[in-house]
Amino acid sequence: MIRDKFDAIVVGAGPSGNAAAYTMAKEGLKVLQLERGEYPGSKNVQGAILYADALEKIIPDFREDAPLERHVIEQRLWTMDDTSYVGMHYRSDDFNEEKPNRYTIIRAQFDRWFSGKVREAGAVLLCETTVTELLRDPQGRVIGVRTDRDGGTAFADVVILGEGVNGLVGQRSGLRPELKPDTVALAVKEMHFLPREVIESRFNLAGNEGVVIEAMGTITDGMTGTGFIYTNQESISIGIGCIVSDFAESGRTPYGLLEAFKRHPSVRPLLEGSECKEYAAHLIPEGGYNAMPELFGDGWIVVGDAGQFVNAVHREGSNLAMTTGRVAGETVVWLKRRREMATKANLAEYQRRLEETFVMKDLRKYRRIPDFLHRNKHIFGVYPKLLSAAAQTWFRVDGVDKRAKEKQIFQSFRSGRTLPGLIGDALKLARSWR
Amino acid sequence: MHIVVCMKQVPDSAQIRVHPVTNTIMRQGVPTIINPYDLFALEEALHLRDRLGGEVTVLTMGPPMAEESLRKALTFGADRAVLLTDRAFAGSDTLATSFALAAALNKIGQEFGEPPIVFTGKQTIDGDTAQVGPGIAKRLGLNQLTYVARIADLDPAAGTITVERRAEGGLQVLQTRLPVLITMLEGVNEIRRGSLDDAYRAARAQVVRWSAADAGITELARCGLKGSPTIVKKVFAPQGRAEKVRQVPTADRSADELAVDVIAAIFRTQPPLEDDLLRFAAGQ
Ligand SMILES: Cc1cc2nc3c(=O)[nH]c(=O)nc-3n(C[C@H](O)[C@H](O)[C@H](O)COP(=O)(O)OP(=O)(O)OC[C@H]3O[C@@H](n4cnc5c(N)ncnc54)[C@H](O)[C@@H]3O)c2cc1C
Repeated sequence: MIRDKFDAIVVGAGPSGNAAAYTMAKEGLKVLQLERGEYPGSKNVQGAILYADALEKIIPDFREDAPLERHVIEQRLWTMDDTSYVGMHYRSDDFNEEKPNRYTIIRAQFDRWFSGKVREAGAVLLCETTVTELLRDPQGRVIGVRTDRDGGTAFADVVILGEGVNGLVGQRSGLRPELKPDTVALAVKEMHFLPREVIESRFNLAGNEGVVIEAMGTITDGMTGTGFIYTNQESISIGIGCIVSDFAESGRTPYGLLEAFKRHPSVRPLLEGSECKEYAAHLIPEGGYNAMPELFGDGWIVVGDAGQFVNAVHREGSNLAMTTGRVAGETVVWLKRRREMATKANLAEYQRRLEETFVMKDLRKYRRIPDFLHRNKHIFGVYPKLLSAAAQTWFRVDGVDKRAKEKQIFQSFRSGRTLPGLIGDALKLARSWR
Repeated sequence: MHIVVCMKQVPDSAQIRVHPVTNTIMRQGVPTIINPYDLFALEEALHLRDRLGGEVTVLTMGPPMAEESLRKALTFGADRAVLLTDRAFAGSDTLATSFALAAALNKIGQEFGEPPIVFTGKQTIDGDTAQVGPGIAKRLGLNQLTYVARIADLDPAAGTITVERRAEGGLQVLQTRLPVLITMLEGVNEIRRGSLDDAYRAARAQVVRWSAADAGITELARCGLKGSPTIVKKVFAPQGRAEKVRQVPTADRSADELAVDVIAAIFRTQPPLEDDLLRFAAGQ
């Protein structure tokens, strides 16, 4: 048992746990952080795009020494069928700004850097230490944690759970139900190394500029999911993920999908000659607002993926993790200043504060989307094919007159997905988007 | 009893690569670990401390980032860590390293109590010389016990120690007087996990940092590159074998036919082998 008592114990050293620990330690609170990995980031997987805004609100001058790969100047959205893609690309020199908005990062390095800041701020981090359960007093208030080390208990006024998507501690302690297979995606990812110059010429980049590609379509073989390709300085991250229950139903394997994605004629040339040096798999909570567990209680708060704080449509997770971690930390500091206990009633302030941020606003706005995608899987198969066929009809010059081509395209949409189907999809999508 | 364990931070050889052009080891970005052989020494030291009382000090010479490995050793349960770090030590071979470590051990003796036992690992995984331990023993006049598999008996009052030493062709049982330098064999114990208290203490511990001057070293000419007569003239990677896997089709072949196919395939790649075998058969 650690005899010192802490103001807060933080479980996990991912973006959410680090944001919480940093925020509290910086304000002089006595913080103990526990991480099961060998070092922060050793267990963590992300694409990875870092959204500057969320981190700026915690460490304003992070650009000075954070390990950033490339700032994103071009976003490509691809709708793919087996041989083609229809793309929407947005590239702007405006993104070459003094303080760029999005960066690609490598999580193992980034998390280590972030953790360094947390420790500089005064938190004590213990790695290779897994929290096994929450400790409660006879009234049921959470008063500390038990770890897998000998003499493994530690006590605090409040425990912040930033333990990631699996959330085993919270689950085992009855704070939340088990994850449901239709609310989590399983993503696999590889890092492919290539010389800088090759990446820059292949993706039309200069210096530290970067491109990110998000892809949907037949690459997920009818399942709800997406693929991605991100440029780092000397490597390319490529990955694909689908909802777990879809994998179970289809019997497809994640690595099988990734292999097929890599072999796609539009993707293969981008990876040509690269050396794959890393393979990772991880879950992403994609159930959104409706899948959110309870976020706080007597002596505990949940932050990040453990609270399902992911906006799957926009592929945002780490920024929600950092924001929820920061707000949780600020709430605890606020209570401490007022000399108030971390009771359930007092910690409700956490949720009140979150409601004011983009986190709750966005998750609420998209609350119907997971269900919509779940019920309308044809979106991932039918439309990409139709779109690609339409583009091909339109661009191929073959003696057919343009009016006839228009008709052909319209016909193909109608036979592919009937008129009511088309209109229905549009309406449903619009309704869930609102 | 005060026990000192000398250890080294090394690149994790499982993740190391050799530069294809210069043949040098690419250390950049390669994670570092405690030299795995040193962990057997550390566990043995911790075990003795638990039995007999006293303290375990871990000592390393290395760049400032070697502090990470020392902290890890504290997490396992060591009581104190000393980092010997100075630009003057850069480029040390085993002679210069044992010189610097011997000086630091003297200083440790003065500051924290004379250690009757100094441990090192059998060798390092990056240098593989196994010279530093014996070098230290010689310089400090310690009886040296290398490749120790087991400490059979230790009597601090009488100042004697009995160990089992793995030697070619068998096991030697050796007895000698303290103080000693022991290099531990691998596989003889398993490093412990360290309690939550150990981890907490390690995270907050102040690692003692000594420069050459702090360790009382005045003869800088015997340190680092200057004090290292060993010169690496050339580094080269062994030639990779061009042939990898050869497949012999099995469809529609009997076992006998297959055996002949396989032998033929081997002879095709190794003609001298066939000659040898023929000559051998003829000789019979
Ligand atoms: C393939 C993929 C791509 C992604 N791409 C992006 C992207 O581009 N941009 C983006 O913003 N988000 C992305 N995400 C989402 C993002 O990675 C997560 O939202 C984010 O990492 C959540 O942070 P967290 O701190 O809540 O959890 P995590 O990062 O998972 O950290 C949890 C930490 O807790 C530790 N831990 C768990 N249990 C215990 C325990 N019992 N005791 C001690 N420690 C424990 C873990 O080891 C881990 O370090 C992606 C996710 C995946 C899988």
